[in-house]
Amino acid sequence: MIHRHIAHTHIQRGKSGILIALAGNANVGKSVIFNYLTGSHQVIGNWPGKTVELAVGRLKYGDKEITIVDLPGIYSLTTYSQEETVTREFITQMKPDIVINVVDATVLERNLYFTIQLLEMGAPIIICLNQMDVAEKQGLDIDVDKISSILGVPVIPTVAIKGIGLDRLMDTAINYRHRRAKPPTYNEDIERIINILVSRINKSKLDTSYPPRFIAIKMLEGDPYIIDVVEREDPDLIEHVKLLVMELEEKYGEPLYSVIASQRYKVIAKIINEAVKRKAVKTDILDYIDRITTHKVFGILISTGVLITLLLWTFYIGDFLSTILEDLVSIIAPVEPDITGSLIDTMINGAIGGIVAGITLVIPYVIPFYLFLAVMEDSGIMTRIAFMIDTFMHKLGLHGKAVIPIILGYGCNVPAIFSTRILETRRERIIASLAITLVPCSARTVIILGLAAAFLGIEAAISLYAINIAIVVAVGYLISRVYPGETPGLIMEIHQLRIPSPRVVFRQTLHRTLSIIYLVFPIYIIGSASVQALYKLGVLEPINTALSPITSNLLGLPPATGTLFIFGFIRKELILLLLPQVLGTFNIPLILTATQIFTIALVSMLYIPCVSTVAALSKEFGWGDTIIISIVNILVAIASGTIIYHILTLL
Amino acid sequence: MKHRPNSIEEYLEAIYKLSEEKKDIKTTELAEFMGVKPSSVTEMLKKLAELGYVEYLPYRGVRLTGKGERLGRRITRRHRLYEIFLWKILGKKPDDVHEEACKAEHGVSDETDILLCRFLGAPSRCPHGSIVPACDLKVSTCEDCETVGANMVERDDEVRPIAWLNEGTSGVIRFIRGDSRVLRRLIDLGLTPGTKIHILRKAPLNGPVEVLVRGSRLALGSDIAANIFVSDV
Repeated sequence: MIHRHIAHTHIQRGKSGILIALAGNANVGKSVIFNYLTGSHQVIGNWPGKTVELAVGRLKYGDKEITIVDLPGIYSLTTYSQEETVTREFITQMKPDIVINVVDATVLERNLYFTIQLLEMGAPIIICLNQMDVAEKQGLDIDVDKISSILGVPVIPTVAIKGIGLDRLMDTAINYRHRRAKPPTYNEDIERIINILVSRINKSKLDTSYPPRFIAIKMLEGDPYIIDVVEREDPDLIEHVKLLVMELEEKYGEPLYSVIASQRYKVIAKIINEAVKRKAVKTDILDYIDRITTHKVFGILISTGVLITLLLWTFYIGDFLSTILEDLVSIIAPVEPDITGSLIDTMINGAIGGIVAGITLVIPYVIPFYLFLAVMEDSGIMTRIAFMIDTFMHKLGLHGKAVIPIILGYGCNVPAIFSTRILETRRERIIASLAITLVPCSARTVIILGLAAAFLGIEAAISLYAINIAIVVAVGYLISRVYPGETPGLIMEIHQLRIPSPRVVFRQTLHRTLSIIYLVFPIYIIGSASVQALYKLGVLEPINTALSPITSNLLGLPPATGTLFIFGFIRKELILLLLPQVLGTFNIPLILTATQIFTIALVSMLYIPCVSTVAALSKEFGWGDTIIISIVNILVAIASGTIIYHILTLL
Repeated sequence: MKHRPNSIEEYLEAIYKLSEEKKDIKTTELAEFMGVKPSSVTEMLKKLAELGYVEYLPYRGVRLTGKGERLGRRITRRHRLYEIFLWKILGKKPDDVHEEACKAEHGVSDETDILLCRFLGAPSRCPHGSIVPACDLKVSTCEDCETVGANMVERDDEVRPIAWLNEGTSGVIRFIRGDSRVLRRLIDLGLTPGTKIHILRKAPLNGPVEVLVRGSRLALGSDIAANIFVSDV
């Protein structure tokens, strides 16, 4: 159902096929519409050369084969971010038959800014005015026909979460395909120079696949991509533009792109004036919740409380589900690793063990975690937490938004590392990813629960979490000081709090859980089979000896535990599963002291990102930074393990 | 602030500093802040009021007039720019830059002030974390300062960073400081010069500010809030 591919191979339309693109700001309900229309017929892929994900889906509408592409949520069509570039390239290169511009009716003014730029690009568009129910609740009375007549494009009101208006949206999209409306005009000064440039562009042999008017406006706005292309093909034109821009900037006393933006907003203000009436509304319970979640004192308490609840909920529900699944699976497959049979048997046992562990140990923890998180995200609580925690995150060289990928890391590191793409700079992404690798994912949670909580008591598990947070903060603080560069400021949209939609929450959870199965399981299975074979062949014995200076001298553990850490690199929870075998008994406290148990749990939590995480890191950042992150992990684990072991021994 | 607490400029600087958080400053607060007796503060405030720099409000204290705020801002700005210069460029410790900046702030010309600001890349905070106030030039961005050059007009209204505004108050955007990437993002989000911006709430511990602009709510980090300057509505 969810695969990773290069998207453009899937965007080829057939002879009678229609290509529809969904475009608009972030968080306006594009994905909800996309999911509603395409159901389960989707693929997720990357636009060539970019790390931006595109979802592509298919549906049959009447006798028509329709391909729908969900473009990334953006605010502008300049080329300052990858998302903006991808959207622009998609629209010019793939030439969708119609672009459905999804607009949030509650933030109409800002959303229409993007609409105007779509019109300037010469894209055939219709407007989907979404969240009409929320707008109504907020006392907004929107005259849909008025907006339509001013902009010259069809406007369809919808409530996507309930599917209201989506049939009409599709009908209109199909009927209005290829129809282009005229973009709104600017004031005399700007129109004059746009016209000069347009006629100049028409005479030149520029080949950019953009309409001349769009090129003219983007040159005036100083768009880096367009300037670059034109500079190569027609350098005189750029000189001409520079003069015109200077002339106008002197007149207005501000940069021309700011003048142009103001003019666009002026057009929009006119639309709002004529089409939107505002009525007073009573504050409801959500407004109170909103206020209290960002209260100076309660806000911080609530943010912390939510995060603690998230973890506790994951432990309890996870443990409960895990027990049930274990009972079910143990009927059909062996759970314990076995290295006594032939090499092939050992490998098969390893592979099956990998699958079984994934199903019984990882998935049960990941599902409740993602479920809770999706509720937090969809309701808007997560944004409030990011808002409250921004100052603190700055100490780690990150800003408030980075809290989202880091929290995701508690579920599984792999998707968490991909989700650092929401951060602006490589520096932030690397720091956040390092923090993610140190955070205990669900597999490590299993170790903490199975070792520390089971043999030493819940206080031991809690102190491991506390130590972990202290280590993440300390490492983040140090790295952000060593790593050159500045932390960009937070710019984040705050949406009205809302009651989360079960459909959205369910889909998000399913999507994330499945993506773990696709991303992590293959490595899991192959890794388990091969490492068990290596063990069988006796290759791991010398490693045990080689590691013993660290395991026995520094960490005070039996040398046999070296093998555990090698296995744990493939799947962290193998450390727990193999411990009885290595020790030769299930009665672990018989052989290991409390201090040793605690040290094993601590080191397992930190010592290296598992092989799937390493793969994800190298895909995102290349091998250099991946190796650095792994080394930092190893050093942190050895250092903190040594310190804790010696402190506890002294006590 | 131990040196020469008698000069008019020092007083205006102190009142300006105190009015970052609120408009009316009590005589006792000022005396405590400057480390002098309340009686000498009262005397000086009378003089400042006569010169038209402050407004004297019985029982409430003093408030800077437009003229007073302008001078106070200039002095404060120079002081902080100079501190940054001593710290970032000359490598002095943040603890050692205050005294010297106090002396320089009275001797640097307006032109040097602008050149220093450009040289330092339009910094937003002094080594101690205080926001550098805006310059006098009638510019809406730092690009204007670089491109248009010397023949600049002075701003006609006083501007303050939104980080200093209280929850529930509003201002009109006049100037956004800093690099063009952030500027363009803000402008795309509707924060164009002349737009009204309303402060909804501020996170604790110098955290982000939540604002309402053109009907949409945005959280802006404290560094960005230090760079958006507004005048009164």
